[in-house]
Amino acid sequence: MNDMTQPELMHGHHGPAQGITRWLYTTNHKDIGTLYLWFSFAMFLIGGCMALVIRSELFQPGLQLVQPEFFNQMTTMHGLIMVFGAVMPAFVGLANWMIPLMVGAPDMALPRMNNLGFWILPFAFAMLLSTLLMEGGGPNFGWTFYAPLSTTYAPPSVTFFIFSVHMMGISSIMGAINVIATILNMRAPGMTMMKMPLFVWTWLITAFLLIAVMPVLAGVITMMLMDIHFGTSFFDAGGGGDPVLFQHLFWFFGHPEVYIMILPAFGIISHIVPTFSRKRLFGYASMVYATASIALLSFVVWAHHMFTVGLPLAGELFFMYSTMLIAVPTGVKVFNWVSTMFRGAISFETPMLFAIGFIVLFTIGGFSGLMLAISPADFQYHDTYFVVAHFHYVLVPGAVFSIIAGAYYWLPKWTGHMYNERLGQWHFWLSMIGVNLTFFPMHFIGLAGMPRRIPDYALQFADFNMIASIGGFMFGFSQLLFLYIVIKCIKGGEKAEAKPWEGAEGLEWQVASPAPYHTFAQPPRID
Amino acid sequence: MKDQNPHKTTVSKLVLATLGMFLFGFLLVPLYDVFCDITGLNGKVSNTAYIEKEGFTVDPNRKVTVQFLTNTNANMNWLFEAEARSIQVHPGELSKVSFKVINPSLKRMTAQAVPSVSPSEGAEYLLKTQCFCFEQQELGAGASLQMTLLFRVDPNLPQHIKTLTLAYTLFDITDTRSVSSIAQLDPAKIRQPEPRGSADHIASTVPSIHVQDTILLAGGY
Amino acid sequence: MDTLRDIGGRPHAQGLPCKAFVLLLWAPPSISFADWELNMPVGVTEISESVYSLHMTIFWICVVIALIVFGIMFWSIFHHRKSKGAKPAEFHESTTVEIIWTIIPLLILVGMAVPATATLRQMYDTSEAEVDIQITGYQWKWRYQYLNEEIDFFSNLSTPKEQIQNQAEKTDTYLLEVDNPLVLPVGKKVRFLLTSNDVIHSWWIPDFAVKKDAIPGFINEAWTKIDKPGTYRGQCAELCGKDHGFMPIVVVAMNDNDYSAWVAQQQAAKQAKAASAEKEWTLAELMTKGEQVYNTACAACHQANGMGIPGAFPALKGSVMATQDKAAHINIVLNGKAGTAMAAYGGQFDAVDLAAVITYERNAWGNDTKEMVTPQEIKQARGQ
Repeated sequence: MNDMTQPELMHGHHGPAQGITRWLYTTNHKDIGTLYLWFSFAMFLIGGCMALVIRSELFQPGLQLVQPEFFNQMTTMHGLIMVFGAVMPAFVGLANWMIPLMVGAPDMALPRMNNLGFWILPFAFAMLLSTLLMEGGGPNFGWTFYAPLSTTYAPPSVTFFIFSVHMMGISSIMGAINVIATILNMRAPGMTMMKMPLFVWTWLITAFLLIAVMPVLAGVITMMLMDIHFGTSFFDAGGGGDPVLFQHLFWFFGHPEVYIMILPAFGIISHIVPTFSRKRLFGYASMVYATASIALLSFVVWAHHMFTVGLPLAGELFFMYSTMLIAVPTGVKVFNWVSTMFRGAISFETPMLFAIGFIVLFTIGGFSGLMLAISPADFQYHDTYFVVAHFHYVLVPGAVFSIIAGAYYWLPKWTGHMYNERLGQWHFWLSMIGVNLTFFPMHFIGLAGMPRRIPDYALQFADFNMIASIGGFMFGFSQLLFLYIVIKCIKGGEKAEAKPWEGAEGLEWQVASPAPYHTFAQPPRID
Repeated sequence: MKDQNPHKTTVSKLVLATLGMFLFGFLLVPLYDVFCDITGLNGKVSNTAYIEKEGFTVDPNRKVTVQFLTNTNANMNWLFEAEARSIQVHPGELSKVSFKVINPSLKRMTAQAVPSVSPSEGAEYLLKTQCFCFEQQELGAGASLQMTLLFRVDPNLPQHIKTLTLAYTLFDITDTRSVSSIAQLDPAKIRQPEPRGSADHIASTVPSIHVQDTILLAGGY
Repeated sequence: MDTLRDIGGRPHAQGLPCKAFVLLLWAPPSISFADWELNMPVGVTEISESVYSLHMTIFWICVVIALIVFGIMFWSIFHHRKSKGAKPAEFHESTTVEIIWTIIPLLILVGMAVPATATLRQMYDTSEAEVDIQITGYQWKWRYQYLNEEIDFFSNLSTPKEQIQNQAEKTDTYLLEVDNPLVLPVGKKVRFLLTSNDVIHSWWIPDFAVKKDAIPGFINEAWTKIDKPGTYRGQCAELCGKDHGFMPIVVVAMNDNDYSAWVAQQQAAKQAKAASAEKEWTLAELMTKGEQVYNTACAACHQANGMGIPGAFPALKGSVMATQDKAAHINIVLNGKAGTAMAAYGGQFDAVDLAAVITYERNAWGNDTKEMVTPQEIKQARGQ
């Protein structure tokens, strides 16, 4: 380590380096966690701006602001940036910050790889965003990039898209390896697997999912690259390939990917609900088993994204049944959270508000998911706004709310200050109203027959689209309030104690607030 | 820091798992083909000749309608039609249908016909002993060709299937003369861009916009 | 107030940039509730009705579960709050309860799977259809081929550009109208065979509960049996490029007699058209016809003014192709240009339409070649 030369380290109590080099060369899990979180927030705003371009165009029927070519680039980029740039890095950031603190480790297992894993991302996304300025435009084939629209019919910039996705994949895999090594090898003595906090458990399972499916995604885009530039025909029927094969491979990655974005959220909620209910989490063991079974099931449900491609009847039935099964462990989780609250002593600080918002709205997303699983009905729902409503309900008030809840929950630990509770409550209510105003009407326009990914629509969809657009702007701008609250909290505020929440439990609350640059140099003892 | 050893084994296992999953992604391609062959998934049918075995008894009491659809993919300008839109066959009997293609363009072209059967459940019961789709067809400018299909319907065809639809789509593969999907894994069969033909190669692989643009600049269009 | 009513209600007035702002302020009171479509259509087929009832059943099951779960949760939120002096209980697991709430959802799911399986089986039974129609997706239009009646035509969006660009008032069927609808008989089983010419499309009519992907190189099947005559509208449901939002599907369902009459009329029209290829066309006639064909088939890329889209689609106005070598021009229209978005139109149009459109391109927008391309020349070029 370079830092070895610095005299402070000799004492084992050195602080961070000064200036920009602190961030460039850092191998400290807290610094890297911070970098990830800021990066993902920046991406959240960029992806959000694209969403607002989409919602502005859809405010009224007719083409007003953008042309269809650009509209398609916006939907594609919005999806890619939110999935790979906002949600996933945010969870990696939280993992970096919290997992070593939660398991009593001094740092992540592989600090230098940790640094590399982060610093790949800004370059990957710079490359991806630069495609918007290229001749022929950026990727315009949807975040699911179905062949042959993304191969034979793609704009020239598709090659840059492929390389940037490769880079994101490498970064995620490095993050996952690091998380697994940390959790498996660096737990404090006495912390058995079944004593691990749930955020650690869910992240461990998520990391295994990442290792299982990110390489498959890398394989798929490598095949695309070869089809485009090296004359193979994996996905081109003319050369003996099959465009449907692309969808099978993509969703073999894509469905576990969905759970990669939601399992850590379950972990966060499983910390916050008990804390503010001042009662132990109900059914810890069943939470762990439910998470593991959701992860395992995620490998055998992928074709429910493809009910209309013409699967044989047996295939449709199999994927319908397996998908419906997922409702069982997911239900167990929701029941457990509700039972945790039941007969607790609940208070409603901002993290708890977001967690309750999560439980209610994620469950609504789960219900629409169950409806989508019914294959004959899916023939009506497939590729409509009903699907858009469904996955936004599980991703925005699901994944994103959990990240925000986690941020409020741990901000005192990170900054040493309490955030402004009043503003936090405002942020919650604005987000809650905004998110429902945006996405709830989408159920209706989807059922009424509006396909997704269209820049213009028939008149009967006009009213709900307008409401959704207004809600979208409301939700989007409320996030600037979040930015303000976070910055204000970093700059100052009421001093936070080591354990600012009365009902909180876990090792992370045993270190001072803000958490010192180095923690748990001596592993704590758990009994 | 504590000893690095546990990390080393964990990380090497995980890296191996990652590489394994990457390869597994590629392995899914032939696996998918095998799976399709067995189940007729997606109406995808075997692209190799059915080797005749003895023991087919023609079922004179049952009639199955076999429909023929002829399509051409985008940019494929050949005229392509079946001599008969549909025929009635008894399961087990050998039937022959011919298809006519004309290349009306001003250049020599190569085509590949891709068969697909519907309902996909019936795909494995349509046994082709001879088919123009087993090989590529090359035709000079203005030339035409009669192509033959010899097939049998397997008498084991489920009773509820009364119509089989065999659709052929003709693809222009003049510029991307390539290979069946398994051969992709064989580097020798991947088309090497020939030195002079390199411009050609770019024209065929870089998406449309660039190409048209170059031609526009060159004053061609 | 009248203008404001117009903006929020139907028909939608368009254009002024400040209107968006006005709308923002006035939209809620002026929304016309009659237009609010909240639910899936029941549809006009047996299948669409069973799909609708599946949809409603699962919906109500979800509502009941939600009421119970959220009911308990909000009850706790109100009664077990710290500010009311609630003391937390100690329990944190109960195997019995956990087993119960694993088993009960499982049973509900099994109950759901049974009717769903039955409906799905029915959807997959395409046998014994009376009408066979091949549907081919193109960027960005549909082609319908009646396999037994020798009818074959394209169906394009017919909404005028002016409406899309907010220069004209939008009509009720905005973006859901086509030049040639698919005409189907009522009460007969119709089988659809779907494929695509280029990328993946998806053919969807909500009223039939039919949605199936059209995949290049592969054939897919679906079927319907319509109960009621009428006009049913749907859209392409799979992202297929630039004009994905502009390739609607319209089906006109007729009773038997009307359908037979329509078939006869189509066949007569086809013969008349074939005969017209032999007649002597004048430049003016070809130009008129050519403009129609150009606007349906070419204007999406090359634009109505022949200027193309720089960097994406070349201009025809003043271009070498459209003003010089006629044979090359015919060749590119008939045979397309490999590796580009320029498709081979030789198989999509008859000789008259092709002759007309090429003639139009060579004489419109100041490309005054005064040259005429005749249907005979096209036939010759096609090797007929």
